[in-house]
Amino acid sequence: MRIWPFITSALVTGSLVAALSTSIDSKPAFGPLLDPQEGFWQNADPANMSYSLDLHFLELSAPTKVYVDQRLVPHIFAENEKDAYFAQGYIHARFRLWQMDIQTDLADGRLTEIVGRYSGNHDLLELRDRYYRRLGMGYAAEQALKGMEADSATKAEVDAYTEGVNAYISSLTVATMPLEYKLLNYAPEPWTNLKCALLLKMMSYDLAGEENDFQNTNARNLFSAADFQLLYPSMPDSLDPIVPQGTQMFTKQDTPGVRVKIPTGMDTDYFMTKSGMLTRCLAMVPLGTGANWTAFAYDVPHTGAAQRGPWEKDPQSVDPDPDNGSNNWAVSGAKTKSGVPILCNDPHLGLNLPSLWFEVQIHTPTVNVYGASLPGAPGVIIGFNDSAAFGVTNSMRDVRDYFEITFKDQTKKEYLFNGQWLPTAFRVEDIKVKGEPDFMDTVAYTVFGPVMYEPSYPDPLKSGKYYACKWSAHEVSNELLCFNKLDHAANYDQYLDAIKSLQTPGQNVVFASASGDIAIWAQGAFPAKWYRQGDFVMEGKDSAYDWQGTIPQNENPHLWNPVRGYVSSANQFPIDPKTYPYYLSGNFLTYRAMEINRRLDKMENITPQDMMGLQTDNYDLFAEMARPLFIKYIDTTSMEPGETHLYDLVRDWDLYNSPGEKAPAVFHAWWDSLFVGVYGDELRQTALPITKPSDQTLVEALLKDSSYKFVDDIRTPAQESLRQIATQAWKKIYPVMLQLENNNSLTWSDYKDTHIDHLLKIPAFSDQHLQTGGGAYSINATKADHGPSWRMVVELTTPVHAFGIYPGGQDGNPGSPYFDNTVQDWAKGRYDTLWLMTPDQVNDARIQWKINFTKP
Amino acid sequence: MKFISSILLIALLSLVAGLYLRFWALVPAAFVVSLLIPQPPGRSFLSGFLGVFLLWGCMALYMDAANNYILGTRMSQMIFKVPSSLLMVGLTALIGGLVSGMSALTASFIHQPAKSKE
Repeated sequence: MRIWPFITSALVTGSLVAALSTSIDSKPAFGPLLDPQEGFWQNADPANMSYSLDLHFLELSAPTKVYVDQRLVPHIFAENEKDAYFAQGYIHARFRLWQMDIQTDLADGRLTEIVGRYSGNHDLLELRDRYYRRLGMGYAAEQALKGMEADSATKAEVDAYTEGVNAYISSLTVATMPLEYKLLNYAPEPWTNLKCALLLKMMSYDLAGEENDFQNTNARNLFSAADFQLLYPSMPDSLDPIVPQGTQMFTKQDTPGVRVKIPTGMDTDYFMTKSGMLTRCLAMVPLGTGANWTAFAYDVPHTGAAQRGPWEKDPQSVDPDPDNGSNNWAVSGAKTKSGVPILCNDPHLGLNLPSLWFEVQIHTPTVNVYGASLPGAPGVIIGFNDSAAFGVTNSMRDVRDYFEITFKDQTKKEYLFNGQWLPTAFRVEDIKVKGEPDFMDTVAYTVFGPVMYEPSYPDPLKSGKYYACKWSAHEVSNELLCFNKLDHAANYDQYLDAIKSLQTPGQNVVFASASGDIAIWAQGAFPAKWYRQGDFVMEGKDSAYDWQGTIPQNENPHLWNPVRGYVSSANQFPIDPKTYPYYLSGNFLTYRAMEINRRLDKMENITPQDMMGLQTDNYDLFAEMARPLFIKYIDTTSMEPGETHLYDLVRDWDLYNSPGEKAPAVFHAWWDSLFVGVYGDELRQTALPITKPSDQTLVEALLKDSSYKFVDDIRTPAQESLRQIATQAWKKIYPVMLQLENNNSLTWSDYKDTHIDHLLKIPAFSDQHLQTGGGAYSINATKADHGPSWRMVVELTTPVHAFGIYPGGQDGNPGSPYFDNTVQDWAKGRYDTLWLMTPDQVNDARIQWKINFTKP
Repeated sequence: MKFISSILLIALLSLVAGLYLRFWALVPAAFVVSLLIPQPPGRSFLSGFLGVFLLWGCMALYMDAANNYILGTRMSQMIFKVPSSLLMVGLTALIGGLVSGMSALTASFIHQPAKSKE
């Protein structure tokens, strides 16, 4: 034996194996990853792969058959709902397990446990895990679980679903593990009902996080009362609420269910700006005799895209997209060609791969529903059955407020409330950071909720004070019951019963039935607020500023079979604020809603194809409002030829944000530049985050008054005119636009650059540079990474005619032909036919595979 | 003959061991074969290398083609910033071959140095 060569060679071999088995710098271990018998090649699904399976589980009570069609949509046929939800859990996990896992871990503040503390120069411990923990996401999920498990129907549903997910997880081997686990070197843990609750809380986080309390507070302290009112006016000039203006919703009522009382003595602190007091209340319209409504006024702190300033969202932050909007509408049979209602919905959310949605049909003797489900939750969220259809848009209401807490001392064991020292409850958050010692974060809980901000975790204004977060998502609730009942609902009464369980996130739930009803409710458990309550951070040493109650459900704005023949919502005010007894605070958008209503008003003999055309329409109503400013105020006297050419493009533009047009890019770039020209100087007086005035505020102000106060650049001694500022804005952007044109990248789709990223932001797993039109103010609200996440059109004929598409694919595996197969069709505005399969269609040619679930 | 049968045996044993063991299954497979079929170190390394280079390369090629190159291309884009699944097949074969070759080489040193000089 040659001992030294042997030892050397053995050491080299050992080191090689060790190096290949180790993950360095969050890079995968290359040995296991490349091994064709266990690594990524195992996830390279053959193009002609069979998805058929024969499965045996003790949990089943009867044989369950799943027919998988050529679009990989499973049609679950079960003898009872428990078996159906078990199968749904199994199938969600089969196609989307990693996504379900990472989304719930993210909500639970466990991201660093999986990916480590840093991603580039982002500190995920501070930006993600501590944020979600201190916001009380885990606490909120535990509260939701209580609600979910207190009801026997949802308890059985979620139990069966969890069993199904776990049945799949226990069938996994090293080789069959989803790809992302191999890349990140970890394995799934068992699914729990709590994880379902965490997923729903993640949706609440995304949809019920509309608040700018600290940013507003900063603005209030920076500006005078008059300026604040100009920057953040109480109400926009144009308003097209869900309940049309002039509709008397409260005719039968004289008094509101909650009488909101403005706390005494608050004038001096809460409403005090840098100079002068904000108006406490604005004119109100008396409702009925004897009514004693609290006064209210309105605030539209909408933000959009522009250059980064203190009013801009920090790109590292996890704040929900301010345009988390959506469209939905239903038209009555009187307006359709078929004579039956048509319902449409397209929720606008962050676009990712794997997609948030998963198409499924669930058929049992008691339910038969088809639609978009959320991997991680049982049932269907947006869909239809053979008698009715339902969909949601976000309510945009502010249901999260901050209260300043006074602790007795540094131990935080007692805090002042209504003159007494109350004991604090502590929740210890043990954050397991990969490759580092655990990070222990102790969060104090008060009557308001978790003390989210404190000196060790400063608020956005870095005040070093203690702020508790009161959030309606912390309440016990059972949203799963709402969707369970909607899945079963065949008529208006059942729909009405269903939505009563929807507390947070508040949603505008639209409904249409084959029997002819159409309806919409701005549904949720919304705090009854006085004027401007919760717009700013509030004093928490007593209950004076606390919420005084929840708006009774029957006082939520709604419409049922209106004369105009349709109901609609697109994140606008739910009702004319002057006719509503409670303060409507939130982030309401107007233009998409106005355009939808304008179009629906005119449409007759509507077909599903017409509705698809409307959902994918690129017309820009905001540009219609704002272009006159472009034409009127830009000085054209000394333009270069290239400059004139760009100017003419916008002047002659048809106002459609079409993918191949150049004018939308030029126009929107000019608008963003104008916005900074008008407001940038004032807002840059602070380095801390500040609320961005809305585009609507600016366009309405300039149309009314070209000498709008903020037009002047306060950094110069001269008094600038709108003509100067508008021209300056133009001179800034047109050379950039010319450059883009020379590079052949000035078309709207290039400029907007819509992309759908993998959840891990791996470009190779993402779909980039999509050719799409639309934009924030088009009905087709497709932005860079945000937009119509599921388009659905349902005509309630017998059988139902339904069409839909989401950008992505049914299989979450990046190695599957079904990973992103619908993206291009979605980008082009095409739809698939949604098939509500009947039991006699089991031999239909569309059925490609069968998954049989039986008892062993 | 020894060379060819070593290659085939290492490939076969690696395949079988891979059914039960993790990625390092290559190590005992090549080691045992190299021990049982004595060859000079260079040839041992080469038979270990080629055995798994071919085994992993062929498996990867087959899976890649069946998959219409979807995942191989994505992985190559991620690792090499070049969309070529063949690069991933090559990397797979190379890494497997290297580990197996080194293991076979190690075992070959257990044998006495070749005395007969042909």
